[in-house]
Amino acid sequence: MAQGHDLAIQARGMIKTFGTTRAVAGIDLDVPRGMIFAILGPNGAGKTTLLRMLATLLRPDGGEARVMGRDLRADPDGVREVISMTGQFASLDEDLTGRENLRLLARLWGFRGLAARDRADSLLAAFDLSDAGDKQVKDYSGGMRRRLDIAASLVVTPGVLFLDEPTTGLDPTARAGVWSLIKGLAQGGVTILLTTQYLEEADQLAGRIAVIDHGRKIAEGTSRELKRQAGSGMLRVTPALGSELDRAAAVLGRALGAAVHRSAEGADLSVPVADAVEANWALSALVEEGIEIGDFRMGQPSLEEVFFALTGRPGAQAGEAQA
Amino acid sequence: MTDMTLGPIARPARGGPLAVERPPRPSALSNALVFGWRAVLKFRHVPEQLFDLVMTPIMFTLLFTFVFGGALAGSPGEYLQFFLPGILVQTVIFNSVYSGVGLCTDLQKGLFDRFRSLPIWSLAPFAGLMVGDLLRHGIAGGIILAIGLLLGYRPEAGLPGVLGAFLLLFAVGFGVGWVFLVIGLLVRTPMTVMTFGFTFIFPLVFASNIMVDPGTMPGWLEAFVRANPVSHVTTALRGLLSGTATAGQVGLALIAPAVLTLLLAPVVLALYRKK
Ligand SMILES: Nc1ncnc2c1ncn2[C@@H]1O[C@H](COP(=O)(O)OP(=O)(O)OP(=O)(O)O)[C@@H](O)[C@H]1O
Ligand SMILES: [Mg+2]
Repeated sequence: MAQGHDLAIQARGMIKTFGTTRAVAGIDLDVPRGMIFAILGPNGAGKTTLLRMLATLLRPDGGEARVMGRDLRADPDGVREVISMTGQFASLDEDLTGRENLRLLARLWGFRGLAARDRADSLLAAFDLSDAGDKQVKDYSGGMRRRLDIAASLVVTPGVLFLDEPTTGLDPTARAGVWSLIKGLAQGGVTILLTTQYLEEADQLAGRIAVIDHGRKIAEGTSRELKRQAGSGMLRVTPALGSELDRAAAVLGRALGAAVHRSAEGADLSVPVADAVEANWALSALVEEGIEIGDFRMGQPSLEEVFFALTGRPGAQAGEAQA
Repeated sequence: MTDMTLGPIARPARGGPLAVERPPRPSALSNALVFGWRAVLKFRHVPEQLFDLVMTPIMFTLLFTFVFGGALAGSPGEYLQFFLPGILVQTVIFNSVYSGVGLCTDLQKGLFDRFRSLPIWSLAPFAGLMVGDLLRHGIAGGIILAIGLLLGYRPEAGLPGVLGAFLLLFAVGFGVGWVFLVIGLLVRTPMTVMTFGFTFIFPLVFASNIMVDPGTMPGWLEAFVRANPVSHVTTALRGLLSGTATAGQVGLALIAPAVLTLLLAPVVLALYRKK
């Protein structure tokens, strides 16, 4: 168990209520220093609310937290000195140029005149935005905006960087770019708490993952640990005929007494199985019912299947926002 | 984007080009000045907003002077002399809506989240809005006055009168600005700020002595117009520009802005802190 002083974030019983909505209903969080920690959850799970509380933007209705050893309630200004937050929606001044946005923040952090200009320039260069530096942000593409937004959070190197859905709405190339950027920052010693709806993203980036739903943490662990929770193995079956998907799902469910998960594309069924014997039994049940099997595989569950096993609802699909 | 461009970020803590010595924390005043600078930058980038700011008052001036002027005051020239100070007041009040709209836009875009997560004086962003307002009032007022001069308007009190008039306009803009900051903090979309703003402004501006002498109105309306703070401001401004203003008139004109500031500034701060 990590000691208090090794933790970048230590939160206990965080609560936030909006009217009758319990956006965050008592969440504990321990984030070790230097780690990329992902909060995974569907729309409305309370991810943004949790992050905003930790970033001093929302006053918690209950609970306590320390960020880099500083108390959120007693010393919010101290917390602000060691954090940066990149919100879910770009927090940039659209009318100003990228360079002016960075200069503005540099000056707010206390860089003066030329130093502020230099700081803006080196950030633009590092984020591959030098050429676009003098364009107004409203003319930036989504990916450029996101990079500038993250650059704006690095005007001084924070102890903890909060990233709220850093890649939502980006194309695969831009997403990969942001991923490698986040990994680079973590290697440099920055603790990163990010939220995502993409299981793949959490899987790729995070040392630990907390799954939240309806304002509660329903699971936490490494990606491997979470996958283990969903069962030792998964059987994936693709019926030869798409039209038999429903019937096949019913047969599998009956044969194994478990919930059958349908992949988001709709062609695959997956169901947890204890071992090969059980898998064999399930497949033969399909054959007995006269359902032709197009393909089947055994494997570790994906995070999406983990999410389904934990919540009983399908998780969001990576790539959905590009549609 | 390649790993090469990302390389430097990888080691901010160990002396890559992105690692910097943290500068000492700046003063509240320095923070406020930075936000003022932002207002100036915005003005430079969106000069179109000038068009919004002055088109309506210019149309009003031309219409009222040439269409109604003769009927209302005997001749367009005489009417312009009466009307121009009023249109300056109207311009400043209408343009105060923009700071509320700007605030609402910033809040909606999440820009204020970034500001609020910085270790800066929490009210510094408002100082920037104020600077923006002063710029808008000064520039729009200057343009309207220039057009008035071209059309034959003559401020009898000369330059000192004009300077005094602009100071009064700034005070009025500052006071009225709080109303729209409150609205900007309360409603969700900039469009709603506009609608709310104009609903509130229209009766005050039109049921005033800006366009006509209230002597011709029915008794109940005349009473309202004489009590309307906009009328007091207009009277004082006419006085300042023609050199006939009394201390009493100016004092009366300043009551409303002072009351608005005293009442609404704390509301704005409370709403902002709560957000
Ligand atoms: N300012 C607010 N006022 C009222 N309700 C709110 C507010 N902010 C969030 N909520 C509610 O709290 C719940 C959690 O919202 P939150 O934004 O934290 O979810 P999220 O996990 O970030 O979702 P998403 O993936 O859509 O960003 C939702 O039901 C939302 O409607
Ligand atoms: Mg969110």
